[in-house]
Amino acid sequence: MGQFGQAVANGILGGAVYALMAAGLTLIFGVLDIINIAQGIMVVLAAYLSYALSVHLHLDPLLGLLITVPIMFVLGVIIQWAFIRRLRGRERTAMSLLVCYAIAVIIEGALYAQFGSTPVGIQTSYFNTTVHVFGFYLGYIYLIGFGLAVVAIAAIYLMLYRTKFGRSIRATTQDAVAARLIGINVDRVAAITFGIGVAVTAAGGMVFGATNTFNPDSGYDLISRLLSIVILGGLGSIGGALVAAMFMVTAEEIVNIWQPTWATVVYYAVLVIVLLVRPTGLFGKQEARAQ
Amino acid sequence: MKELSAGAITAGRAWQIAGRTWRPAGSLVLLAAAALFPLVFTNPAVTNYGVYALIFVAAASAWNIFSGYSGYISLGHAVFFGSGAYFVGIATKDWHYTGSEVFALLPLAGLLGAILAVPFGLVALRVRRHTFVVITIAVFFIFQLMAYNLSVTGGTSGLLAPTINYAPTTYNNPFYYAAFGIAACTIALSWLIRRSRFGLQIRAIRDDEDRARGLGVRAEQIKLSAFVISAVPVAMIGGVWWYYTTLVDPSSGFDPLFDVAVALMAFLGGLGTVAGPVLGALIIEPAELYFQQQVSSGYIFLILYGALFLVVILILPRGIIPTVAELITKFIARRKNSPGPAGQLPPAGARASETDVSADGSRGASAQASTTGERA
Repeated sequence: MGQFGQAVANGILGGAVYALMAAGLTLIFGVLDIINIAQGIMVVLAAYLSYALSVHLHLDPLLGLLITVPIMFVLGVIIQWAFIRRLRGRERTAMSLLVCYAIAVIIEGALYAQFGSTPVGIQTSYFNTTVHVFGFYLGYIYLIGFGLAVVAIAAIYLMLYRTKFGRSIRATTQDAVAARLIGINVDRVAAITFGIGVAVTAAGGMVFGATNTFNPDSGYDLISRLLSIVILGGLGSIGGALVAAMFMVTAEEIVNIWQPTWATVVYYAVLVIVLLVRPTGLFGKQEARAQ
Repeated sequence: MKELSAGAITAGRAWQIAGRTWRPAGSLVLLAAAALFPLVFTNPAVTNYGVYALIFVAAASAWNIFSGYSGYISLGHAVFFGSGAYFVGIATKDWHYTGSEVFALLPLAGLLGAILAVPFGLVALRVRRHTFVVITIAVFFIFQLMAYNLSVTGGTSGLLAPTINYAPTTYNNPFYYAAFGIAACTIALSWLIRRSRFGLQIRAIRDDEDRARGLGVRAEQIKLSAFVISAVPVAMIGGVWWYYTTLVDPSSGFDPLFDVAVALMAFLGGLGTVAGPVLGALIIEPAELYFQQQVSSGYIFLILYGALFLVVILILPRGIIPTVAELITKFIARRKNSPGPAGQLPPAGARASETDVSADGSRGASAQASTTGERA
């Protein structure tokens, strides 16, 4: 039972970090109607940035976020502005997938060139300490990650529902053409949303890099998890991503107690079973039309 | 498109008539050239390019039969490729096949691909386009993980092919002709499907699934059939690939780059056309091999590959074949001194095959025209 409770606690804390990364993915999907399959490698890129800052500049990874978040934001805006914006027509969805994949491959190659394939991890003195709460041993870094994720997701929610810009984003999500007609600068909304969606990987990547060892290849594993989470939660639903991430990571941690080799399969098995029952995911809206 | 001038119609017609005579002749010439290729270029280094190119011609054409025609982009066809490779590998080992006998296992590999595609398709095709892509990726990772962890697959070290005592100078030829046979059959199948009622139904689903349903297309059945059909050649060519490269391991058999490579090939040539994926594979695969040999470090190759990818998608978003076909049609139309849009609209009642390439050129309008034409 103790082991089980520990697994649930780890699942919820770890799930929050995945929720943050998935929130970026689902936000981008909601506004731009594209799936950014480069999100996984961007998390790895952000992790490497944090790693490089802490190794070369001896910067605390938490302080380093002040640098990495803007970098990832600008990267996202540039990608949307330079590539995604140009895609038009019937095959737009498919082509945006390929464009994102191409970007992912380029980033992967660049990371290999710069850092090699030896797995590394972000290390700081206080990251490895544990805190004893309610009978559970919780890693300090997991708590930091949980806190960061909660703050970031709350900030995204406030931005979406309490600001004028958030209203433009929601309007664009509902109907991009109508939003354009009432004077919303849809291109600007799209660029900034893409930037925000990518910027959350800075925080996610820092925590990921501190809790796992990683190399440029880690992006594939990450993106397949993130995609499972956003589909399970329902594409475009941030709340859904939150619930799905908690659920998936907890399920994985629990299976991990008995069957470490097959723990990852649980992800996909859960996804397939849920979609058999509910093709739109847990919180997804029914699509009005087939396109 | 309201008023089609007479000149435009004749131009369109001329293009069709030219196509009717030149296309079969051209195809035969290309077929003969491909069949004679290893007899003319006997250097194994050259035929090596031929084998890999044909492997991807078959894979990209098969992928296009489902994804190109239906518009549902699958990034999980490596499941069939890897399963075919593993099946042939395991069967060869267990049944003690040697030499050319191994090629006899290929139809069984195709059958396995079809059998796998049914549950895969039933799960993945319940959802709409965006989610479909992701499900195919998820299923792909399930298979890769199984290859790592099951005992029959040999885990991380993979499965090694037995050594073959073919003469070194003509060593590649059996593989070349096996790949050639599968590729030729796949292209023929793709062409037959495209001009059939079934092909029209798939493409109607691509254009507007709800409307197609309303018109009586049994979308679920059609999509699943196309998915299963497209899995067969991919599984077979996976078997050839294993025997040729002599090794399959989880990361090479179930390779995410494979999924994206076939998609890129189809996009470069022209998604949903018969010739497009063939052309795309013939351009990209040899280029990739060449780069790999020239650039020693894998990461530079990755960067180059990604950059090429971006350039292709941004410069030629519709692919070579539709773009060139439209240019030719426009050119003919201009020579006939007819201003206005080039006449891609086929005469009522025209067979779908005649609108072939140009139908894709003029988004939607003529595709629908061809649908009604078939029904009339």
